[in-house]
Amino acid sequence: MNIIQALNSAMDVLLDADPDVVIFGEDAGYFGGVFKATDGLQAKYGLDRVFDAPINEAAIAAIAAMAVGMAARGLKPIAEIQFADYIFPAIDQIVSEMSRIRYRSAGQFTSGCVVRSPWGGGIRGGQTHSMSPEAFFTHVPGLQVVVPSNPYDAKGLLIASIESGDPVIFFEPKRIYNGPFDGVPDKPLSSWARHPKGEVPEERYTVELGKAEIVRPGEACTVIAYGTLVHVAEAAAEHAGIDAEIIDLKTLVPYDIETIAASVNKTGRVVVAQEAPRTSGFAAELAAQIQEECFYALEAPVFRLTGWDTPYPHAHEWAYFPTRDRFIRALKTVTEA
Amino acid sequence: MSDAQSRFHVPTPPFRPGDAPDFSYLNLPKAGTAKRPDALASWRETSDLAVGLVGVLDHNHQAVGDWDPRLSPEILREGLSHMVLTRIYDERMLKLQRQGKMSFYMKSTGEEAVSVAGAMAMRPTDMAFPSYRQQGLLFARGRDIVDMMCHCISNSRDNLKGRQLPVHYAWAEGHVFTISGNLGTQFPQAVGYAMACAYKGEDRIAASWIGDGTTAEGDFHGALTLASTYRAPVILNVVNNQWAISSHQNIALGDAPTFAAKGLGYGVASLRVDGNDFLAIYAATQWAAERARKGGGATLIELFTYRADAHSTSDDPSKYRPKGEFDSWPLGDPIERLKQHLIGKGEWDEARHEKLEETMTALVVKSYKEAESHGTLHDGPLAPTESIFEDVYARPDWRLRRQRQDLGI
Repeated sequence: MNIIQALNSAMDVLLDADPDVVIFGEDAGYFGGVFKATDGLQAKYGLDRVFDAPINEAAIAAIAAMAVGMAARGLKPIAEIQFADYIFPAIDQIVSEMSRIRYRSAGQFTSGCVVRSPWGGGIRGGQTHSMSPEAFFTHVPGLQVVVPSNPYDAKGLLIASIESGDPVIFFEPKRIYNGPFDGVPDKPLSSWARHPKGEVPEERYTVELGKAEIVRPGEACTVIAYGTLVHVAEAAAEHAGIDAEIIDLKTLVPYDIETIAASVNKTGRVVVAQEAPRTSGFAAELAAQIQEECFYALEAPVFRLTGWDTPYPHAHEWAYFPTRDRFIRALKTVTEA
Repeated sequence: MSDAQSRFHVPTPPFRPGDAPDFSYLNLPKAGTAKRPDALASWRETSDLAVGLVGVLDHNHQAVGDWDPRLSPEILREGLSHMVLTRIYDERMLKLQRQGKMSFYMKSTGEEAVSVAGAMAMRPTDMAFPSYRQQGLLFARGRDIVDMMCHCISNSRDNLKGRQLPVHYAWAEGHVFTISGNLGTQFPQAVGYAMACAYKGEDRIAASWIGDGTTAEGDFHGALTLASTYRAPVILNVVNNQWAISSHQNIALGDAPTFAAKGLGYGVASLRVDGNDFLAIYAATQWAAERARKGGGATLIELFTYRADAHSTSDDPSKYRPKGEFDSWPLGDPIERLKQHLIGKGEWDEARHEKLEETMTALVVKSYKEAESHGTLHDGPLAPTESIFEDVYARPDWRLRRQRQDLGI
């Protein structure tokens, strides 16, 4: 399966297992979503379980106020925001409401739901189809933030997310929906069919939230990445012949400090990578925590490989995006320091 | 060539401090003149009602017209009792705030009928998504007064563990949703909840309350759009008390005829109701609840009332409106009007009313003593300090466990 098919399969499993699961978003119903993630689900489960929503992200989050409202009534909603770039109208409902319902009511009400959204760059999406706004949400107590990097995890993490009982912002790297990306622009796409994580069971399984995975063991340095950049990091290490240990974070909140610290304490050198702009990005949190946790093991400054502090550009996309070449330079900087 | 030209316009209130208020300009059709359509009528049949006024109690305090809900004297006395309690509770809590017993308070003086009649006309299991000024709803649903006070003084018995500002009640057992400081967010949430009730095939409904000022928020539009699209069994109340802190209602209303009229554009049945008329609010809510339960969809109700007191304990209304404005308010006082109605029916008298006030005052005083025995914000005991790390998630993760240790507990 590719990531879209894996997500579709996860939602199929969830809809089948639990009548409280409902799915909605702009074009998510009959049409099956602009990326086809909900394709066929309305036909299979009915109009009242998979349905179209008006173009109002505030209302979708408010539908996720329907997610909040429906969750208060015991449903398990999965709301889709068509692009992560368009989640901002919903930010009040997500930050002020969804994240705090359990806390402010001292557990009387909960708001377990998933807000799914296509995320990240590398697709010539320009300013409003390329953003990686995860840091806006990792800063909010009460939210969990998940970014899968492959079909197997996408399905397992989505099922775990809805079953967690707490709200999850689930960002899907759309650059790798159909195949992994090695960070070399304009190269033909490779297929998930040739990737071990492209093998996805039809049935229910979960991938634990809050748990990172070492996707490439190594000794020379630690790379912490999530989403598309996991694959770019792998390609860079391979191409440059640097024995990097690559960690796929998967869950940003709560992030897996144990796996990170163990790796950094072993290698003493770190690259933290994100597509998002540098200042106050999630990499800053990781760098700060690593510095606290592993200060005496560090043999070089923690290197942040990030997008620039600019809006996401269209024509100069590959000057913005952390490509394989930029990744190689980062690995060399850290290992030669 | 015309000499007409665009000029920037900013609405101002009709009266400012020092002016003599005169509300004769208001369009307030007489009680009893509004027709009552079938509860499943098309929203189009509510067009006149959205710009008119549903009223039952006339100037002689008699119940007149189609909308008279013909309530028993017992129900009316119960409503009066909840309203009197609400007002006395508010007065007492204000005093306690002034004495430093709690950080903040908000009264609902003059708006007691809105929440009490609204709550009584619904079923106790219908879900309420109130704003911060519907405390009467909690009384009408039988919330323990001591518990309400314990929340307001954030003591060891506060069911919200001291996490929320006073008056931000939450009471799952009584089907009252957790009140948020962010204005209007509860409006589309109520629609979502109502959709879930319909999805589950229940005959429960949801209702929400926001103020006139909050209608300017995007969530007002979101809620009405969703309510219309999905025909949600929800009652969307706009409590037009004329004031959003210091801003007159015309800052949110603009040149629209009424707030209720805004519902028509969404294809939602819409009523403008005398918000100081217990019987009219009861009847309108009953109508909207029946409509919702029978699959007719949502109703927008504008409750036309007046915020008789300050916005909150942090506000001084004499800085922006005439002092005696409420005395000139043409729709009077909701408690006085229901009281006179009952007296007119021979079902109440001044002596009984005085007794009721005494009983409620004693109850409130006694309740506060008990509440205070569980602690106060300043002197404690409060909820255990470590509880600040609980309920962020179902289970605290490593960050919260470590941070709790950093705090030394």
